[in-house]
Amino acid sequence: MQIPVEGFMYPNEVELQWSILIVLYPFITGLVAGAFILASLERVFRVEAVKPTYRLALLTALAFLLVAPLPLQLHLGHPERSLEMYLTPHRSSAMAMFGFVYLWYLMAVLLLEIWLDYRRDIVVKSQTTTGVTRLIYRVLTLGSSNISERSLHIDERLGYFITVIGIPSAFLLHGYVGFIFGSVKANPWWSSPLMPIVFIFSAMVSGIAVVMLLYMISTRLRRREIDICCLDKIAQYLFYIFVIDFSLEMLDLLQRIYEADESFRSLDFMVHTRLWTSQVIVQIVCGTVTPIVLLGLTQILSLTDTVRKRIYALAGCLTVIGIFAMRWNVVIGGQLFSKSFLGYTTYKMAFATREGLLTAITLLILPFIFLLVLVKLLPPWPDAGPVPASGASPAHGTS
Amino acid sequence: MFKDIEHLVRLAAVMAIALIAFATMRALVVPRSFGEYGHYRGDAIAEIAARPVAFAGHDVCEACHIDVVEQKKQGKHVVVPCEACHGAQAKHADDPASVKPAKLDTAVVCARCHEANSAKPKGFPQVATADHAGGLACDICHQPHRPKIETPAATKPATEGKK
Amino acid sequence: MDITRRRLLLLLPAAAVAWKYVQAGTPETAPNYKMTEHWWAMLIDIPKCIGCGSCVRACAEENDVPEGYYRTWIERYHVADWRIERPDVESPDGGKQGFPPSEIGGKNFFVPKLCNHCAESPCTQVCPVGATFVTPDGVVLVDKSYCLGCRYCVQACPYGCRFINPKTNTAEKCSLCYHRITKGLTTACCEVCPTGARQLADLKNPKDPIHEFLRTHTVQVLKPHMATGAKVFYNGMDGSVR
Repeated sequence: MQIPVEGFMYPNEVELQWSILIVLYPFITGLVAGAFILASLERVFRVEAVKPTYRLALLTALAFLLVAPLPLQLHLGHPERSLEMYLTPHRSSAMAMFGFVYLWYLMAVLLLEIWLDYRRDIVVKSQTTTGVTRLIYRVLTLGSSNISERSLHIDERLGYFITVIGIPSAFLLHGYVGFIFGSVKANPWWSSPLMPIVFIFSAMVSGIAVVMLLYMISTRLRRREIDICCLDKIAQYLFYIFVIDFSLEMLDLLQRIYEADESFRSLDFMVHTRLWTSQVIVQIVCGTVTPIVLLGLTQILSLTDTVRKRIYALAGCLTVIGIFAMRWNVVIGGQLFSKSFLGYTTYKMAFATREGLLTAITLLILPFIFLLVLVKLLPPWPDAGPVPASGASPAHGTS
Repeated sequence: MFKDIEHLVRLAAVMAIALIAFATMRALVVPRSFGEYGHYRGDAIAEIAARPVAFAGHDVCEACHIDVVEQKKQGKHVVVPCEACHGAQAKHADDPASVKPAKLDTAVVCARCHEANSAKPKGFPQVATADHAGGLACDICHQPHRPKIETPAATKPATEGKK
Repeated sequence: MDITRRRLLLLLPAAAVAWKYVQAGTPETAPNYKMTEHWWAMLIDIPKCIGCGSCVRACAEENDVPEGYYRTWIERYHVADWRIERPDVESPDGGKQGFPPSEIGGKNFFVPKLCNHCAESPCTQVCPVGATFVTPDGVVLVDKSYCLGCRYCVQACPYGCRFINPKTNTAEKCSLCYHRITKGLTTACCEVCPTGARQLADLKNPKDPIHEFLRTHTVQVLKPHMATGAKVFYNGMDGSVR
């Protein structure tokens, strides 16, 4: 297979090393971090309006976090050796720390917070369900069915504490993903101290947008009324954070253009040719400026609920697409030019291969299946079993 | 009192068990030589060093082919190592009787170095082979081990010095 | 000359003993080699390079380098007048079969490239598991039985020296012929270089001619601003080389 090359590439550079799967990896971890930060808004910052999305956001974060290592695993030349990352982690490697940041976040933050928050429900269900379901809940109780007033109070306090730790952890999780790219001095497209910060803010943007969309969809599927106050509040936060994110990205861009270092001519040409569609059209125009303007309109004008909901839905979708394009442009864009700054290569995405499009699509669908299972297991809706006695479950079916 | 934090104690126990399991596995699985010289498998150095060689090196060639050494000394090719033209000969050096080097096609081998190219150093002897030899093999006129033609009439067959 | 192995051994005991170590392979059988006594480097004399591609071919044969990948390669530069920041560079098949004649005027020259065996190597820094490392004698190696194939090191190398071997699915690069230099031989590329444009050098050996050369010549490393501690020194390198 001949890969089209323009100008001069070092001969080993022609083939791209990191495929679409590595695009998914920061995208998915970004959703995790963003969703968690949305959840912590309610818990730590006491933003009562977003309460209806609290549990949904936590479960979303968990569903995506479970999928996050899969693209990495699949792209390894030797997936069977991945455990070495835990056994002999190289301290000077940003990538080696991923394993630990990931485990910390999964075990010490997300699972613990969800467990503490759901413990009462789990105990109740372990007593009211039957068969295999009962067994699952029994295991989840860890053999302790104490849901006394005092124990729940302790859980609440501990949960708060964990959320407080969780916010810097979420920043760490995604900031570090930015650092993996930002610390590669050989690659001027990546090498930037702003990279981790831009990654964190774009993570928040995408995570909030996804939870907002999921909230709208799930509420509609459950045939309930959308809490418009909640939605307004989420959209407001999305708008503010998006503005910060966009400013940071533009700051990075301006700095590059003004400094115009040795790599500039090469990168500038790339943005105007190979990355024009994905960077300028999809990421900046459609995926950033448009949703910011749309969300801005809802802040300024007084629109009807229906119009606002539609705008939120549209802006949310565009945002997610825009952030995906941003990950694409970082990961793929960073490999299209030669480190000699004299030429460009091409990314040819395969379809049904280990690192192909089909795998990527599967990995993008997988978190939603996980989420479905989690929602069945641990219903996030307040009406799914508030009365312990009637635990035989009123229809909490989403499907 | 304890009853209210019992579930947390149980959780801590589960985590402790997981940690111990990890530490045990780590002790069992990490290669022995890891960390011998640094953060890597020390044995890897010896494994890489154990690879067999393909090029014997001109010292080994010259130990036997003394006549060729003498010939090369008379010309500019004295600096050219044997395997630059003859290719990898470790197998031949190891078993000279049964592994014989292939006969070289001088039209190809000589052109690799001496085909004219503006990027080659100015002082380096180069020719446009098509004009220079008109398709003839180089060793019809030149003796590869001592390429300078002193008296064209005295040109010897190319195989001389090989056997 | 009709010579058998037996006769060779009889005739040339010294050569035969040395050759035995070479063949047997393990560093234990080359008992004189001590890692701490060497600090390997390479010298490339650009004005001597004729772009014949012998080094590229020899490297591929010595190290079983897969087709289309290069542990070493040669670039041909063309610099027109003052346009030093925009050279025209080409490296067809890594220069393995030499270069087609170039009729263009201006400044033309060849630049052989290989792993710079950096002392502060960015590739070993980023390896998550310690599958690539700088040996005590200053050679950057890859442990192919430990490499994950995550490709982070390929991204981190500023010189494009690394690739993923499609057969082993692990990172690969120039090993400075570690299996040769530990047995007292030079690298395959240096061994076959017809003009002496490539020279293996031992910076810890006070008798190595490299010291005299470095003192008396204008020498540069590639991309010095990357501060990688590169140990492949280029003599007579034009400012357009990158």
